[in-house]
Amino acid sequence: MPKLLKRLLLSLPTLLLVSMVVFSLLAVLPGDPVAAILGMEATPEAAAALRLKLGLDDPLLVQYGRWLWAVLHGDLGRSFIDNTPVADALWQRLPVTIELAIGSFLVAVIIAVPAGILSAARPRGWANAIGTLIALFGMSVPHFWLGMLFIILFAVKLGWLPASGFVPLSVDWHANLIAMIMPMVVTGLRESAILMRMVRSSLLEVLNEDYIRTAFSKGLRDWQVVLGHALRNAMIPVLTASGLMVSGMLGGLVITESIFGIPGMGKMIVDAIFQRDYVTVQAGVLAATVMVVIVNLGVDLLYSVIDPRISR
Amino acid sequence: MNSSTNTTNTTSSQALPELPRWRTLRRFAGNRLALIGALIIGLLIVLALAAPLLAHYDPIFDQDYGNLLAGPSAEHWLGTDDLGRDIYTRMLFGSRISLQAALISVGLAFSLGVPIGIVSGYYRGAVDAIVMRVVDALQAFPSLILALALAAALGGGFYNAMVAVGIGFTSSFVRLARGQAMTIRNLDYVMAARSIGAGHLRIMWRYILPNSLAPLVIQATFAMGTAIIAEAGLSYLGLGAKPEDPSWGSMLHIAQGYLNTTPMLAMWPGLAIFLVVLGFNLLGDGIREVFDPKLSR
Amino acid sequence: MLEIDNLKIEFLSHGRRVAPVDGVSFSLGRDETVGLLGESGCGKSVTALSILRLFPMASQARLSGSIRFDGRDLLQAEDEALRGIRGKEIAMIFQEPMTSLNPLHRIGEQLAEMLRIHTGLARPEIDARVLAMLERVGLARAAQLVDEYPHSLSGGMRQRVMIAMALLCKPKLLICDEPTTALDVTIQAQILDLMRDLKREQQTSILLITHDLGVVAEMCERVVVMYAGQVVEQSSVEDLFDRPAHPYTHALMRARPALDATPGAPLNAIPGSVPPPGTVKSGCRFAARCARAQDICRQEMPPLEDLGDGHHVRCWYPH
Repeated sequence: MPKLLKRLLLSLPTLLLVSMVVFSLLAVLPGDPVAAILGMEATPEAAAALRLKLGLDDPLLVQYGRWLWAVLHGDLGRSFIDNTPVADALWQRLPVTIELAIGSFLVAVIIAVPAGILSAARPRGWANAIGTLIALFGMSVPHFWLGMLFIILFAVKLGWLPASGFVPLSVDWHANLIAMIMPMVVTGLRESAILMRMVRSSLLEVLNEDYIRTAFSKGLRDWQVVLGHALRNAMIPVLTASGLMVSGMLGGLVITESIFGIPGMGKMIVDAIFQRDYVTVQAGVLAATVMVVIVNLGVDLLYSVIDPRISR
Repeated sequence: MNSSTNTTNTTSSQALPELPRWRTLRRFAGNRLALIGALIIGLLIVLALAAPLLAHYDPIFDQDYGNLLAGPSAEHWLGTDDLGRDIYTRMLFGSRISLQAALISVGLAFSLGVPIGIVSGYYRGAVDAIVMRVVDALQAFPSLILALALAAALGGGFYNAMVAVGIGFTSSFVRLARGQAMTIRNLDYVMAARSIGAGHLRIMWRYILPNSLAPLVIQATFAMGTAIIAEAGLSYLGLGAKPEDPSWGSMLHIAQGYLNTTPMLAMWPGLAIFLVVLGFNLLGDGIREVFDPKLSR
Repeated sequence: MLEIDNLKIEFLSHGRRVAPVDGVSFSLGRDETVGLLGESGCGKSVTALSILRLFPMASQARLSGSIRFDGRDLLQAEDEALRGIRGKEIAMIFQEPMTSLNPLHRIGEQLAEMLRIHTGLARPEIDARVLAMLERVGLARAAQLVDEYPHSLSGGMRQRVMIAMALLCKPKLLICDEPTTALDVTIQAQILDLMRDLKREQQTSILLITHDLGVVAEMCERVVVMYAGQVVEQSSVEDLFDRPAHPYTHALMRARPALDATPGAPLNAIPGSVPPPGTVKSGCRFAARCARAQDICRQEMPPLEDLGDGHHVRCWYPH
């Protein structure tokens, strides 16, 4: 337990810095929040009153402190558009993005791990050549274009899947999956390209270690050595790298949600930017980043569980 | 005692089977892919520079009202878009935008990140601790989201978007440069330089920087590909180049509205992005193979 | 029991073909301990690895000649057949105990795996044998050790574990690749004693690869001396020390510092260094460093000749 605590404490300065960056983003954003809320016809007195109420004339540090305090109490401000609490909107949209993220990750793993293993086990086989090429292509394709291609193929030409239209998981899980499958596959494909390369190179390194030779000398079959001995050891660096991957994936999800009309956090941020609803933007960015930090924390902890060499 | 012929020293291949052809082929292919990458990028540069000469129309203002969303024809090699603009011309000018995007953002990230990283890795101590904390915090931001927020903060538009993307890349360059600096500063020739009285600045400039260039250049090459995708993504959302500008991303933005009717609109710009990024990735792989074959197996 | 005949091994190294083993022949009988002696780079480890075909996946080795074990040629054997032999009839222990055990598997598990592969025994029986073997190799807290991971053991302990693992299925042949090189001298002695005892108990033949003359003297009955990929001398261990025939072996014997030497006297080192594979195009490979070399030595490769009494030497002018 003390290890857990120590890790949590270590990530606090990072979280603090993150919050500072997010806050200063809002401070720098153009457009007067007062004008946004009250509209163009606001009288100077109303404007001044609002400024006082929102505390916009206080020193920046004070504003930051006030904001941080509010955030820690769950108050993420009110949307400029309709004055509803941003926290509510976030609460609704976060699970959607999480579902998308988990689904994409699963797709990526299902593709990348077997491909990476096959590739490493037969470094001179045709599987490796094809796999490497596909991975290269996957890394180079802009995922929003891939999404558009998918829509053209599966929605327009074949009519198998809807181009947009989202149903929450709790309402109808079947319809939900149908709506989510394309964005999950599109994102997953791109991530799998990166993941496959990692799995492959990590596995190749492990296969050259001495203990693999010992395993062979005991009379184990090729696949037994790869699965039983090499894979677990190879997964360790892949695991730490996956944590970084999540960050990239969340960024990509922003655009993917917009393409497919999925009402997740990413779309919320993009819409808010265009509506100049900077409070929402701020909350969304903060939420996304905190998620990344938490995931990396989790990866760290998982890492120390899997590898007995790391002292508990 | 009798004179036996000397067959044991020569590695004669009579008793041993031939070398498999795959091995040599693969080695060649490895380099060949890098060559393809270089060709693609070269083509990109040429097209970007020669766009005004090769174009048939003006990319923004020449709108052929009688010919909206037309397919390929003699006047319009790749057809027209929803405002009658010639797609072929817009594609050409799009290459300029993409190239600029790559150069601006990566250039910014490189010139900002590398010095900070080297200084941080060289001096260590408090400076390093602070820099690393900030870099850690920055890296927690999903890159595109950071670019989005920064682009919005700076007010949209192409150049602001590219600055935003560049700032997003900076942290990875800082990390890489710092790692290099930390390793190199302990090497013998640096110690030797210090012992003859070379100052810190001199050491960083003449010893650490040149020797850390290889991985940094490789990183920069890959980053250029990512930058082009980022620019296209931002323009696609409407946050980068304006829709009338011939950025490939903006063209995709327009194409999004016509997926049902004219799916071909989405084909060319996307393909172009894909090929250019592929080119950068191949080039990066190739350079890596040259400098550190161990890494790119 | 083991007969190696004209073994040649070629590797692809940076696009060039090199032959670290170039025509090696020797044999090993039941219940014998034979030492494979030579400096680093002479090809002894490669020879040993080739018996069980344990080359790294990327090496692309080409082998020719024959390796006969109990009559079957291992070089021609199918992978499946070879797998049946590994661990069960021929077992191997390696030089680096620190890295030869999987860091993520418990000790007990790694040993049990050996029995699981080759026997159909039930779990309780396997566990019992593992415990017994661990105790037999001198590891005191065997019951606790079974649950530990390799990183909590010392080098000597790990090597004992490796020995235990190798002998679990009572193999006929144990190949030891420099088993004590990475260990402290005191531990070395213990490990060698252990190996001798176990060998007597199980009547295993041992092929001991080493560069250490002391180890050879203690453990081996016969010795095969290798240089630059070839066998240059073969004899009983007594003959090797009393009447070394090949100039290389002779020089090795002289190079050992004697206990009664005058302090400060220069050591009798052999001038020059081992030629990399493929660099000596003609003649005896030791000629460049040999004090007795004549013209014919530089022009023609001497064949391996029988001096009688099982003593063979490859030299035009043996001692």
